[in-house]
Amino acid sequence: MTIQTLEIENQTHSTGSDAISLGAKMEVKNMSVFYGKFRALTDINMDIYANKITAIIGPSGCGKSTLLRSFNRMNDLTPSARVEGSILLDGRDITANREDVVDVRRRIGMVFQRPNPFPKSIYENVAYGPRLYGIRRKNDLDQIVEKSLKQAALWEEVKDKLHQSGLSLSGGQQQRLCIARALAVEPEVILMDEPASALDPISTLRIEELMHDIVKEYTILIVTHNMQQAARVSDFTAMMMIDENRSGRMIEFGETKSIFTNPKDKRTEDYVTGRFG
Amino acid sequence: MLRKTFETELQQLKDEVLVLGSMAEQAILNSVEALKKRDLKASERILEDDRAINKKRFDIENQLMILIATQQPMAHDLRLLASTMEIISELERMGDYAKGIANINIRMGDQPLLKPLIDIPRMAQKDVDMLHRALTAFVNEDVEAARVIPAEDDEVDALYNQVYRELMMFVIQDPKSIERANWLLWVAHNLERVADRVTNICERTIFIATGEMAEIKSTDDEFWKNQS
Ligand SMILES: Nc1ncnc2c1ncn2[C@@H]1O[C@H](COP(=O)(O)OP(=O)(O)O)[C@@H](O)[C@H]1O
Ligand SMILES: [Mg+2]
Repeated sequence: MTIQTLEIENQTHSTGSDAISLGAKMEVKNMSVFYGKFRALTDINMDIYANKITAIIGPSGCGKSTLLRSFNRMNDLTPSARVEGSILLDGRDITANREDVVDVRRRIGMVFQRPNPFPKSIYENVAYGPRLYGIRRKNDLDQIVEKSLKQAALWEEVKDKLHQSGLSLSGGQQQRLCIARALAVEPEVILMDEPASALDPISTLRIEELMHDIVKEYTILIVTHNMQQAARVSDFTAMMMIDENRSGRMIEFGETKSIFTNPKDKRTEDYVTGRFG
Repeated sequence: MLRKTFETELQQLKDEVLVLGSMAEQAILNSVEALKKRDLKASERILEDDRAINKKRFDIENQLMILIATQQPMAHDLRLLASTMEIISELERMGDYAKGIANINIRMGDQPLLKPLIDIPRMAQKDVDMLHRALTAFVNEDVEAARVIPAEDDEVDALYNQVYRELMMFVIQDPKSIERANWLLWVAHNLERVADRVTNICERTIFIATGEMAEIKSTDDEFWKNQS
């Protein structure tokens, strides 16, 4: 009688052989984030793999948004916020003071929880970013607008009314417009903070579909409090939780399929099975 | 603890599996008892009981689907529900083996048994004993028990070998006995398969508790090697 182990997927931290062959688009190294004296995040280490969707999950207040905002230096906009450690983009530390924040934010775009189109036309919403980065020719802008709206799976619905206000669209359409706006400046990484939490189920599924469609060309990081969503859309999942000092820590990182079928950490198990949080 | 209702439903589900398990246990014991006594009426009843086993299995399956659809189970819960689907199908198949034995008894009609049954009832007893403890291990998610029970399959295999050799002796002495020997060999074969399915239940229990998908190698492989 012998017991033969057929297959145990056991990727805990991002140092497995898979991780190396995948290629990290971004790497977070020993990062802590403070709001004044309060340490909101402690010692975060993680790799974000290129052309993959990484989900960040965890109970509310554990620092998911804080972590996400660190990736494109949005925390700089909060006067009390301070970041320690480093975040590499293609191996280069973007937290360094000498780095061009505007360029970092172009390369790393963001989509927020509530759709927030500008009170301008659909066309202008999408053309806004490229204009800011110096594209002037109408022909070029037209092409960018069309391509971005197509990528965001919105083109068919709006191609005949590009000059109507972005605010005239439904909530789900507005969120796809915001995604098109983010894609228009050709970012490499897209950060999404609960992008579907204000949307109905159908719109939510459309956003998830579109994430699948575009991830071939981008690297996506999504914060979600919806576990089924994380399970559906992501390739990798990072589980966060606060410690005894109420500071956020990453307690488990791994392939989504193992996090949701066989998590290694008891706290992840309790969270994904709905027994905690 | 959140999800009290879900917890309760999982507990009820396990109880239902135990009910199905005891139906299978009864069917196995009754089928051999009926054969031993050449009681055709009793075998007919087993065929009817088998329909009840099938229905019970579908009821549990339905309950499982509803839990999966409504609760979106993850991690341990997911492993439990998916594995329970597998386990109830193993139990239903055990019922089919008992039905097979009942059918053999019915087909034998008024022909007498080739020999009095000794090892065959022992096989049935051992099967049921293993099955009972395997289901207890499942309900308690007792990994230790689930790892040791399959080893007892060797005893069932040894009994099967004994039955096989004995029946071969009858056939060699009187080739006309071949049909009656064959019937009993099929009965023993069915009982041998029950123990293999108990092993599958134990593997599932280990998977539920640990997430480890382990195949507990059966000594059957060696048995078949030795036959050739
Ligand atoms: N601008 C801020 N100033 C001070 N504290 C903040 C600020 N933003 C967030 N926090 C605190 O940091 C912690 C993490 O918040 P957040 O990143 O929003 O968590 P999550 O997105 O997981 O709900 C919380 O305790 C929150 O109160
Ligand atoms: Mg948040």
